[in-house]
Amino acid sequence: MNAVEQSTDQLVSVRDLVKHFPITRGIIFQRKVGAVKAVDGISFQIRRGETLGIVGETGCGKTTTARLITRLLEATSGEISFEGQDITHTARRPLKAVRREVQMIFQDPYSSLNPRKTIGSIIGEPFAIHGLLPDRTERKREVQRLMETVGLNPEHYNRYPHEFSGGQRQRIGVARAIALQPKLLIADEPVSALDVSIQAQVLNLLRDLQRRFGLTVVLIAHDLSVVRHMCDRVAVMYLGKIVEIGSSDDLYGFPRHPYTGALLAAVPQPDPSRHGEERRVLGGDVPSPANPPSACRFHTRCPKAQEICSVTEPVLSDTEGGTSVACHFPLSREELSEIGVRSSA
Amino acid sequence: MSAAEALLRVEDLHVEFPSEDGVVHAVDGITYQVHAGRTLGIVGESGSGKTVSSLTTLGLTRRQGARISGRILFEGKDLLTLPEEGLRAIRGNDIAMIFQDPLSSLHPFYKVGRQLMEAVRAHRDVSKAQARERAIELLGLVGMPDPPRRVDQYPHEFSGGMRQRVMIAMALANEPKLLIADEPTTALDVTVQAQILGLMERLQRELGMAIVIITHDLGVVAEMADDIAVMYAGRIVETASAARVFAAPEHPYTWGLLRSIPRLDRPRDEDLVPIPGTPPSLINPPSGCHFHPRCPYAEPEHSRIDPALEPIPEYPSHHVACLLDGARRRELWAQLRDGGTPDEALAAVGPPEGSS
Repeated sequence: MNAVEQSTDQLVSVRDLVKHFPITRGIIFQRKVGAVKAVDGISFQIRRGETLGIVGETGCGKTTTARLITRLLEATSGEISFEGQDITHTARRPLKAVRREVQMIFQDPYSSLNPRKTIGSIIGEPFAIHGLLPDRTERKREVQRLMETVGLNPEHYNRYPHEFSGGQRQRIGVARAIALQPKLLIADEPVSALDVSIQAQVLNLLRDLQRRFGLTVVLIAHDLSVVRHMCDRVAVMYLGKIVEIGSSDDLYGFPRHPYTGALLAAVPQPDPSRHGEERRVLGGDVPSPANPPSACRFHTRCPKAQEICSVTEPVLSDTEGGTSVACHFPLSREELSEIGVRSSA
Repeated sequence: MSAAEALLRVEDLHVEFPSEDGVVHAVDGITYQVHAGRTLGIVGESGSGKTVSSLTTLGLTRRQGARISGRILFEGKDLLTLPEEGLRAIRGNDIAMIFQDPLSSLHPFYKVGRQLMEAVRAHRDVSKAQARERAIELLGLVGMPDPPRRVDQYPHEFSGGMRQRVMIAMALANEPKLLIADEPTTALDVTVQAQILGLMERLQRELGMAIVIITHDLGVVAEMADDIAVMYAGRIVETASAARVFAAPEHPYTWGLLRSIPRLDRPRDEDLVPIPGTPPSLINPPSGCHFHPRCPYAEPEHSRIDPALEPIPEYPSHHVACLLDGARRRELWAQLRDGGTPDEALAAVGPPEGSS
């Protein structure tokens, strides 16, 4: 892909994005004693029409990344551009136009809907905020059309959130998010609070909408099987850094970063033939993002770590496997089968 | 294995809770058994009764005004008729339980050592010093680094995985014969989940205890369980060895679960097949087969006839509660296994015999 093509192809471009949350001591005279380095210098692009997955464990910075892109959080440094326009520090008012194009679906369908509002007014709220469809009957018609699109009964327009099940509530959240026909939809763990049989309904809905409206989607999830199923490209995060990024086929077929390998090996497979097999377990816990390990942040848990890993930070670079990986000693195919990852390409 | 050898045998257990809206039939006549040293996986979605059935085993639903009937035989003793003191001697001693959320299961004000010592001293007449020794030993057993230091820390000083290790240490304090683990890894990250599952397997090998693992995650049961019971709306709809459940499932609900999860070992573009509808109300469960409103293969009379959990003639240890004809079920599953949707499977297999 040449440079010109790439720039028109990109919806969002993130460069060296950093978000540090200060840790303070004292009540009146607050002193900064440290910082939680939630996101610590990440760069990536979101291409128009693709579904990008961001995976990682608790505290890796995936939700913070989403909140930075939607400008729910202010970046410490770095740059976010949306359709070529730098939105990193855009003021509130001009930001409203951008917000119309970027919508979010949240994890918990219980706390993300106002219990005192009817479904109709929840889904119609984006129109109210942006002063669209002022005519009441017109707005109602549009909301009911949206309800139908996401598989809700339009007759339930006047019901309240508590009258709906978790899966239906998530559909309400989806209807609200697509109301303004956004260019970018960010879904933060959209199915992890749902039952297994309902998860598939919501995943299929998202995939269907993505195809129908050519939406660009960022899917944040900890479930690697869900991300593989839904996403064209995947970024793996660890302690505020992207450690590996590439197409789903490459990343799941031949993961190069030892952390990606460990994550894939740890996913329990619905295949009882693995019962009783020796488990290759990644030891230890994720270190604190307030005091991350030096250089490569994974070196404290990495089975392949050598001296250089704690001295020089590896940069994200292309490999012949296809993904870009930030590692001094990327995994080979032999090592991959040793840790118990079955190639799924 | 004969039924007499079972460590735990639950027979026709019913648990009902009266509520403002009516009686909630949380557990609606379930029968299962667990043998020493084996692992039973109970799979089901929220509201399927999997947690209530195991809480009842420990007598933990007694105070909630539940109406309980049936029998729960542990080493031949019926736990349901046992008085509270008798139950207390078993609970935390012969049968121990770990829960989903380790933070809310630990008291935030007390050091973990003190909480572990309490578990030890509740059943053993030992000095505080001896109990402390045991607490340190237990933390070591569950792979906690530096137990002599950690024993004097508070729960908030531990990570999620480490807290779950503390809970497991507490459960193991008196070397139980049966460990009931209710969604033990649901709140944990995948790499930590793998650590905890590995730990449970190791402890089972070393201590020879039986495990009942309750989960909604088919991956977890596949890797942990010897036998599986699938629950739906308060009933067991299918039970068999883990290998059978995954290779030759018989119940349409089990098929639905297997086809609705994305899997790393299937083609990436394969469509998920969700189970239509939502789980039923336990106050007014559907008539006949509880699954019939969501079952793509249901026939008209299935809304009237209540299926019993019966062995499959060719495979007596595999039980299923389904009204579909056995041969028809196998043909349908053959279609679904090869990637067909329920509609395609129905079209390929054709209408049931007897219909015109």
